[in-house]
Amino acid sequence: MKLKYLSAPYIVWMALFVVAPVIIVVVYAFTSAAGEFTFDNFAKMGGYVSVFSRSFLLAIISTAICIIIGYPVAYILSKERARQQRILIMLIMLPMWMNFLLRTYAWMSILENTGLLNRLLTLLGLPAVNIINTPTAIVIGMVYNFLPFMILPIYSVIVKIDRSLIEAAQDLGANAVTVFRRVIFPLSLPGVFSGITMVFVPAVSTFVISQLLGGGANMLLGDLIEMQFLGAAYNPHLGSAIALVMMVIVMICMWLMNKFGAGGEEAVML
Amino acid sequence: MRRRPRVASRIFLALIYLFLYAPIFIMIVFSFNASKSRSVWSGFTLDWYTELFSDSMIISSLTTTIGVSVIAAIVATIAGTFAAIGFFNMRKRWRSPLLAINNIPVMNADIVTGVSLCLLFVSLGSVLKYQLGFGTLLIAHITFNIPYVILSVLPKLRQMDRNLVDAAMDLGCTWFQAFYKVIIPEIMPGIINGMMIAFTMSIDDFVISYFTAGSKVQTLSMTIYAMTRMRISPKINAVSTLLFLFILLLLIIINVRQIRQEEREKKLRTLKSK
Amino acid sequence: MKKRLAALFAALVFVLALISGCSTSKEEVNVYNWGEYIDESLLKEFEKQTGIKVNYSTFTSNEAMYSVLKTGGAHYDVIIPSDYMISRLISEGMLEKLDFSNIPNYSLIDDKYKNLEYDPTGEYSVPYMTGTVGLIYNKAMIPDEIDSWGALFDERYAGLILMFDNSRDAFGVALKYLGYSLNTTNPDELYEAYELIKAQGAVRQAFVMDQIFDKLESGEAAIGPYYAGDYLIMLENNPDLEFVFPKEGTNRFVDAMCIPKGAQNKKNAELFINFMCSTEASLRNMDVVGYTSANREASEQYAAMLDDHAKAILFPSDEILANTEVFLNLPQDILNLYDELWVKIKS
Repeated sequence: MKLKYLSAPYIVWMALFVVAPVIIVVVYAFTSAAGEFTFDNFAKMGGYVSVFSRSFLLAIISTAICIIIGYPVAYILSKERARQQRILIMLIMLPMWMNFLLRTYAWMSILENTGLLNRLLTLLGLPAVNIINTPTAIVIGMVYNFLPFMILPIYSVIVKIDRSLIEAAQDLGANAVTVFRRVIFPLSLPGVFSGITMVFVPAVSTFVISQLLGGGANMLLGDLIEMQFLGAAYNPHLGSAIALVMMVIVMICMWLMNKFGAGGEEAVML
Repeated sequence: MRRRPRVASRIFLALIYLFLYAPIFIMIVFSFNASKSRSVWSGFTLDWYTELFSDSMIISSLTTTIGVSVIAAIVATIAGTFAAIGFFNMRKRWRSPLLAINNIPVMNADIVTGVSLCLLFVSLGSVLKYQLGFGTLLIAHITFNIPYVILSVLPKLRQMDRNLVDAAMDLGCTWFQAFYKVIIPEIMPGIINGMMIAFTMSIDDFVISYFTAGSKVQTLSMTIYAMTRMRISPKINAVSTLLFLFILLLLIIINVRQIRQEEREKKLRTLKSK
Repeated sequence: MKKRLAALFAALVFVLALISGCSTSKEEVNVYNWGEYIDESLLKEFEKQTGIKVNYSTFTSNEAMYSVLKTGGAHYDVIIPSDYMISRLISEGMLEKLDFSNIPNYSLIDDKYKNLEYDPTGEYSVPYMTGTVGLIYNKAMIPDEIDSWGALFDERYAGLILMFDNSRDAFGVALKYLGYSLNTTNPDELYEAYELIKAQGAVRQAFVMDQIFDKLESGEAAIGPYYAGDYLIMLENNPDLEFVFPKEGTNRFVDAMCIPKGAQNKKNAELFINFMCSTEASLRNMDVVGYTSANREASEQYAAMLDDHAKAILFPSDEILANTEVFLNLPQDILNLYDELWVKIKS
């Protein structure tokens, strides 16, 4: 049947609103303000190596922390009784549905020098800490915002692991640790990769978290790009160049992920 | 069943949930604080809520957000479902590159999508004499929502038994009826799932809206962002509290319905097996 | 199935109608102003008087406003930038000439603010408010006598120091401290200022604009540069705050209302500008915002109501005024250098 033509309108849409914008970004990245072809914008980026490295470093740290915390949580949840699981998962999802800015803002009031954390510490007689406006605060903000995005994919994959595989392993004499190491963990990897995808990319490109919790210094890639368009240093060509580089880097990361068997063909919200 | 680690894992879980919810609860508590302080409690008041309701900026951005999210989710679901069905029926040669392009908004960082759409709208806008506004905001939201719908519906299409369609047509259905009565119900869970994801993505979006909404409309996220760059008012806390309660209610309703449906199915199954 | 589809469709149409109905059927004007720079009840007052709806949004710095205008998507009818930015906008052809027949209240503006350097013909802008920059500090947390910009770079106050989050103002502070002009086009001097601000990172708490209100009022930070009018507002909430004009000199500015090129509601914009020039509106504005209005009568009336302390700050002596400099627009290559250095400082 001619069912395939059902997608024609969307293909036109994609050409206009997905492909064309990318082409425009490429054009802007390679032109100067006067309209001539140039590699200048990319050359200028050399001066911002510190921003690139900070963004990637913080994103990698946050992703790693999310995995370290998120994997055990997903695993423990998968072992709960069905009704408990449902409620617990719902409770993980709830913060996700709350506004991202509000969640980040909430941490400001906790981490400030006169904020709740320090008040608690001084009450207990401990020295006050200065976390706000440092990279640590940014990492805390990232982990807090993205943790559910790591937990849910891992959980949804572990839960679908065929029980009979586990039982077979147990029948063959494997103890709990071995079952985990040789059955559950390898089968859960697609979920881990899915989680990494959903955490790393937003972490590397955020600008809200660094602005609210980073104190205006500690600039990340997202801040840098935003500055060139709607912020303090108008230069859409430089901004497009940085955006292009970010796009390429992300695509490379995704391709690497795919090679290690992530899949990336499903989007599930439970 | 592991018994010993049970306590340890429970404590761990509790700590994680505490981590996730403490900031939210703190926000809620301080939304009732009599002073503007965010760390010193000075008494109970509902003032911030009354101020919130008389703040026309917040109310209008709330309506804009809900409007955009609902419309974008619905349009994206319909368009995405049709597109998914279309893709599914294509040969792999065409389908793979198209799916790769479809994935671009999903994989790209928000800010890249936002900036690229902004550049597009501005270039088109100067030609077509069109400004950034609700229209461009809506287009942007639909654009990043459709891929999620497709990614949600495609797996269901793959799982669907092709024979059902053939059987329906053999039994006298027209193509249209087969579509309606067989395909759609089979992939409905994927459609619903996709619509929920699309709605969530739209409600929560900040970056893409920031670059594509222009000066005339604001989404709730944009308004909150502007508020954080000024004098901070506990109105933000009030907004958080209301949002939290609303979402809690929504999730409870959804889950109660799901539980009821599952119990109904369980009963049917036990009845059938008797 | 069909019923549900029909219901869904009806809901869609309903929502669409709601959204579209709410928008462009009335007269409106889009205003873009600094944050915390207007008495919001005036907007409602204007709507009542003229029936024109005001869509009000704020920017955090002149440069951010410039980027938004230049990026092209946003369309504002009234913008309220500072002097040097207005001269830049004029030189780039980004402003409309005003039709003063719609702005009769222009006669109420004090002559000393008309036809200044940034808009010599006075055709493009109407002065709104004027003010100065100074150093604000919490004398309970910093008991020392502060009289110099150097305090912002002083290790003794590490972790309690705030700095302007925009390039001109931040460089302005550094340049003044180093003894140079605010408008220097000498790259060496600019690099010196850049090094100074970069080194400040060791003691600086954060770059802020309006976030400074909460930080100084609550004691989260103890010292920072900001505008005189805002100090008076902060003082109401924290009486420990002091204001001082540093001895090295400082900046004085005029913010004025203009209409960007291509504005769609030019007449409404002019009516809005006219409304804001009126003595009544200026008085109410001064009361809420704290700055000095450009309206001669309102300014005089308000001065009479102030106590000596506030008066010395809002209406500084001639001696202090002589030590202030106005920002001028700079040549494009220097502006590019500013952008470059600013991004480097923040990264």
